[in-house]
Amino acid sequence: MLNALAAGTLVAIACGIVGTFMVLRGLAFLGDALAHGVLPGVASALLWGFPGFLGASVSSLVMIAGITWVTKKSKLSSDTAIGLLFVGMLALGVVIVSHSQSFSGDLVKVLFGQFLGISHYDLLIQGSVTLFLALMAFVLRRPFLLLCFSEEQAQVSGYSAKLYHFLLLVMIALTVIVSFQTVGTLLVFGMLLAPAATSSFLSRQLGSMMIIASGFGIFSVYAGLLLSYHFNLSAGGCVVLVAVGIFFIVFIFSQRLRVEHFHG
Amino acid sequence: MVENALTLNDLSVGYDGRSVLTGLNLTMPKGSSLALVGSNGSGKSTLLKTLAALLPAIKGSVEVLSDKPGRQPLRISYHCQFHPNSFLLPLRSIDVVRMARFPVRGFFGRLTKEDENIVRESLEYMNALELSEKPVNTLSGGQKQRVFLSHTLARNADFLLLDEPTAGLDVYGADLYEKLVLRLKTEGKTLLVATHSIREASQCDYVLLLASRVVAFGTPAKVLTPANILKTFGLVAQFSGTDLLVMDNHYGGVDQE
Repeated sequence: MLNALAAGTLVAIACGIVGTFMVLRGLAFLGDALAHGVLPGVASALLWGFPGFLGASVSSLVMIAGITWVTKKSKLSSDTAIGLLFVGMLALGVVIVSHSQSFSGDLVKVLFGQFLGISHYDLLIQGSVTLFLALMAFVLRRPFLLLCFSEEQAQVSGYSAKLYHFLLLVMIALTVIVSFQTVGTLLVFGMLLAPAATSSFLSRQLGSMMIIASGFGIFSVYAGLLLSYHFNLSAGGCVVLVAVGIFFIVFIFSQRLRVEHFHG
Repeated sequence: MVENALTLNDLSVGYDGRSVLTGLNLTMPKGSSLALVGSNGSGKSTLLKTLAALLPAIKGSVEVLSDKPGRQPLRISYHCQFHPNSFLLPLRSIDVVRMARFPVRGFFGRLTKEDENIVRESLEYMNALELSEKPVNTLSGGQKQRVFLSHTLARNADFLLLDEPTAGLDVYGADLYEKLVLRLKTEGKTLLVATHSIREASQCDYVLLLASRVVAFGTPAKVLTPANILKTFGLVAQFSGTDLLVMDNHYGGVDQE
């Protein structure tokens, strides 16, 4: 249980940092696609006896390269390219899984995570990657912020928009790869999106947005695990439900405050 | 020798290898101002993007501040027409203006008191100081434009490329902008402004009339004639006594002659 709490906390911190950039840059759909698109890689890795994160890494790279290529060459809007890659990779995952008869147990773990099956070794990897992501966010905060404001302004300011967009996608992919074991490929996106979206109602500055998002994430992990333990429910599901629940509570309150402010 | 702000030699600009504006030859001295005037699709924004190194030149050569475009990011400031992301950005206006100082301080340098003064001054010039603490996504179109212009100013660049800077501004905002142009000119800044407005163009030292090609180039007094404007826009309105005369060129702006 202690490992589950520690793993959840690390997921919440990584997702709080990277999710904030994802929300500010308007990349939620891409984040969703990356999170779900790792399925065929993870399934293939498990099938052939490789570590899941290796398969997830390959899948993420294919997704990023594919989305970039289709968007650039086809003149389609990026959401069409993302959607196509997303559904294509998901379908490939389903085909790979359906091909193997002995897969159902592992599949549930991949899709919904295994909060209670995290080892010390997993924690070490997760901790290192979270630290790396935090460092990357600190070093690259200025080009990322300019990119969130305007790609053209980033480029004119001397920061290559393509390079920093790619680095941001790599950070989202790394977060998904390092978190899916804990919360699952289906639900990791919830941790990326919900706490960051919630904090965007409450803060107007990057640093505090990330801290608030991580805080909501950590609270969701603890509250979700408690619910899961007492009512014997899916841990990943409960954690993400709490995170999304907090979003709606804060959203409704912020709307009411705005209305009162308007009238008062 | 005075450094030229801009030198264009047989320049063609466009997208994906397709030219939208060809045969550009001009030299712009440092400290001067030039208005690009033309209708939508005449190539104004494409030319500005090429000068800002956002698009490669299709043909010919271009020098910005005696260097290739994009080589001197600290000396160039670019105000683009649309910031699609910014419509949703929950960040404070002052932080968006502060972003203009990032390239000056690099990845790790703290913003100094001097930076903060420039940021506040820039907001003040566009009368946007009271918007400082407000998130950009709660501002009206005109307020956003004033904050974005403050961002452009806060770079404190030598050469400003402004793409339709008064779009979305009300009369009061447009008046602020006019005063700003005068100040920038007295400070010796070089200005290149894309605009539909003849009034804005007449404030500049030179005017380049565009309709997918150069219609005319010279001082406003020489260039802004009804005949040239008809060639540029395919339409011209002029007061004749108390009557408003509107002439229409059915070629739709691209005079075939």
